[in-house]
Amino acid sequence: MRNQGTIFLAGPPLVKAATGEVISAEELGGADTHGRKSGVVDHVAENDEHALLIVRDIAASFNSVKAVDIDLADPVAPKYDPHELYGIIPTDVRAPYDVREVIARIVDGSELHEFKALYGTTLVCGFARIWGMPVAILANNGVLFSESAQKGAHFIELACQRRVPLLFLQNISGFMVGGKYEAEGIAKHGAKLVTAVATASVPKITVLIGGSFGAGNYGMCGRAYQPRFLFTWPNARISVMGGEQAASVLATVHRDADKWTPEETEAFKGPIRQKYEDEGNPYYATARLWDDGIIDPAQTRDVLGLAFAAALNAPIPERARFGLFRM
Amino acid sequence: MIESLLIANRGEIARRIIRTARRLGVRTIAVHSDVDAAMPFVREADETVCIGPAAARESYLVPEKILAAAKQTGAAAIHPGYGFLSENAEFAEAVQAAGLVWVGAPPASIRAMGLKDAAKALMIAAGVPVTPGYMGEDQSPEHLHVQARAIGYPVLIKAVAGGGGKGMRRVDDDDAFIDALASCQREAASSFGNDQVLIEKYILGPRHIEVQVFGDTQGNVVHLFERDCSLQRRHQKVIEEAPAPGMDPVTRAAICDAAVKAAKAVDYVGAGTIEFIADASEGLRADRIWFMEMNTRLQVEHPVTEAITGQDLVEWQLRVASGEPLPLHQDQLVIDGWAMEARLYAENPVTGFLPSTGPLDRLRFPSGVRIDSGVEEGGEVTPYYDPMIAKLIVAAPAREAAAAKLAAACGALQVWPVRTNASFLARAAADPAFVSGDIDTGFIERHLGQLVPGGEPSEDVLQGAAAALLPTGAKDPWTALSGFRSAGEPDRRVAVDVAGQVHLVTLNGAPASGVVECVKGETLLFLKGEAWSFGPPVADDVAGGGCPSDGAILAPMPGRIVSLDVAAGEAVVAGQRLLVLEAMKMEQALLAPFDGIVAELSAQVGGQVAEGTVLARVEKRAEKDS
Repeated sequence: MRNQGTIFLAGPPLVKAATGEVISAEELGGADTHGRKSGVVDHVAENDEHALLIVRDIAASFNSVKAVDIDLADPVAPKYDPHELYGIIPTDVRAPYDVREVIARIVDGSELHEFKALYGTTLVCGFARIWGMPVAILANNGVLFSESAQKGAHFIELACQRRVPLLFLQNISGFMVGGKYEAEGIAKHGAKLVTAVATASVPKITVLIGGSFGAGNYGMCGRAYQPRFLFTWPNARISVMGGEQAASVLATVHRDADKWTPEETEAFKGPIRQKYEDEGNPYYATARLWDDGIIDPAQTRDVLGLAFAAALNAPIPERARFGLFRM
Repeated sequence: MIESLLIANRGEIARRIIRTARRLGVRTIAVHSDVDAAMPFVREADETVCIGPAAARESYLVPEKILAAAKQTGAAAIHPGYGFLSENAEFAEAVQAAGLVWVGAPPASIRAMGLKDAAKALMIAAGVPVTPGYMGEDQSPEHLHVQARAIGYPVLIKAVAGGGGKGMRRVDDDDAFIDALASCQREAASSFGNDQVLIEKYILGPRHIEVQVFGDTQGNVVHLFERDCSLQRRHQKVIEEAPAPGMDPVTRAAICDAAVKAAKAVDYVGAGTIEFIADASEGLRADRIWFMEMNTRLQVEHPVTEAITGQDLVEWQLRVASGEPLPLHQDQLVIDGWAMEARLYAENPVTGFLPSTGPLDRLRFPSGVRIDSGVEEGGEVTPYYDPMIAKLIVAAPAREAAAAKLAAACGALQVWPVRTNASFLARAAADPAFVSGDIDTGFIERHLGQLVPGGEPSEDVLQGAAAALLPTGAKDPWTALSGFRSAGEPDRRVAVDVAGQVHLVTLNGAPASGVVECVKGETLLFLKGEAWSFGPPVADDVAGGGCPSDGAILAPMPGRIVSLDVAAGEAVVAGQRLLVLEAMKMEQALLAPFDGIVAELSAQVGGQVAEGTVLARVEKRAEKDS
């Protein structure tokens, strides 16, 4: 842009230092220099609006066709107002609620074709559309049990077979722990889900709509599982475990723990709780690029529409190459 | 019933009469001028006769031509409509003398009511209240004072020879009369050389109320209740309604009885209207309503009476003219609901209501209301006749609902490129004071500022036009969610050219309320009765792009000057050839970059120049020279 943008190998101070030539920035590398003389720039803009106009003209000449070979429908607004999400999301991340209330305010026509609705009920799986695009949704509705993990793995296989992009609505305190669950093999069942998530061939997008704790973060396509986009709601919390649990564990395994008075134990636990509280905050997380941005819950549908539409610029493989599922 | 009917009129009233005549099985004959040949009323009539050129005094106003057309077509009767020859007693007599049925008032009644003073005297004799006043010869202050008391304050003292607002005094109470009189007489003497004065009742909050009457040849006269035509602009009725707001049964009975008395006093036959003026400063009162004049014809605003009584007044006219008695007795007539009529004119309120004539590339009326129109889409408003495009008549159970319906109907009108008063009508019908029934003949003048739309597009118009430029129905959210922002409302600024002016509009996100249509290549926004053309702006207007020249004419490459077309100091216009350079066996013309004068000229024919040599310099002329 004239009298605004400049580009050069060395700026006026370095030019002066190196060669003694005294020259202004605009003359050295301004719009006229590069637009008329050097040919370094292709277009010269007079002002911001002119620049935007030129960019639009450039974009209009791309001659690109977005070839989407999956079944698109006309977008339909949800039957339930997305702004009602403000009233649905509990202020306390521990408070349970039915995640279908969230899905109803994100997907087209509030329509969800649910998969295995009666089995593994703590993970809601189903097909829906967002902005006309088919999506396969996995949404937490409680702790992950062996059944829910197996159901999720099965559903991801199905979505990949059908070449339907995946959406993870993550609100997870973790996989169920305890003797009974270890004995029934929750580790290997959880591994099935993680394997499916890790090796799914379709575009994945994750939204942290509540808690994101422990291995649940992996099973529900956390950052390390390379979702195309990962967005966070402002009410979300993220850490390997809850602050209280971490403080208790650390207090339990401390070598002096058995000598502590209750007051000393509390003095030890307090700072740990506070650290988890501070660093589990979504603003702490987003400031470190652990996500692609905190979004307004009421805008989730539009953000996801843009994100899935962007993901569809790349072709979806015909066949998934899943890893080894532990049986 | 008469067998055939010639309509000595045009436009909407001709169509209106044809509609009823056809329903009653009466053959219709339209007469028309040259320019009206393609009008709907001509097409809709059974037979047509062209009676001359556009000017009404050479066609519609020439009795001989109309009578000749009647003879030629064997018409049994003539309906004069309103205006033109409708209150011409000589014409009425000529029609009757030719052995034809005159569907109008008897010539004698027309004459009796034609002279205003005589009509008033006649009304006084018949016991109909007329506006009190004194116009006598006795000019002594004592006598005038007595007269003023008899009239009742407030009164207006007016110089007989006066005019232009001079020589007028309003007197509100008895004590002030003598002083005001003396001052008025002095001013009259000095201004007009005549100190004679007259005294009139000063009417506060005047309302124009009229009563529809109907008489038959058997001597029966009924009334069809009142209409209120107080909404006027320069004595031109704008919105009429029936019944009159604030009319109580006692007052209604009083004026309707007076109207019937007035009609009987002139042996009235057919449709007529008795006009009253009412002092509504303290509501409508029987003792504050006075006779003004009688219109011996069917009125423009008759449809509101039809709407509240369920009668077809043209049918009544045809039956009465055929010698039949009135279709209904007085006690069979009742008021049912509320009706309003607005007159849509081809005029531009923004330019002081100047007439706007031309083609009607678009003319769309709202549904659900009665439209009496003389023209249709594809037609034209010509400068030869009354510029009324249509009458919109609405009916509802109550007045407020009728006003709302009228405002909505006027706001939904689509007319282009002819300008109309549609938005003015919509605003008037929606005005809170109007809706509350607080009206008088000064209403429009008082509220003109808020009733006349601005000459510039309103914010709503800009919003509607800008929103219409955005892509609609796009499936891809990247197109559909234009201006999207994460964590915030979209801030969407759209440049739009409305009526030739570029506006940068920030969309407020409200759903667009206007209607966008493409008419003959122009994109139009119709909103609340207004019509605006709009489109995306030309790029330069937004960005001021391009690289302006400083006026220096450089040699683009080494070469030889082969032609010099201008001299130093010469005025040139943009694009004018200044000189020609030959290089590499090619001739290259160098042109003036803008209008100006050749301030500097160093080039010479035959001269060899190096690349980048300044050959000439053009300067913009100073403002004062241009």
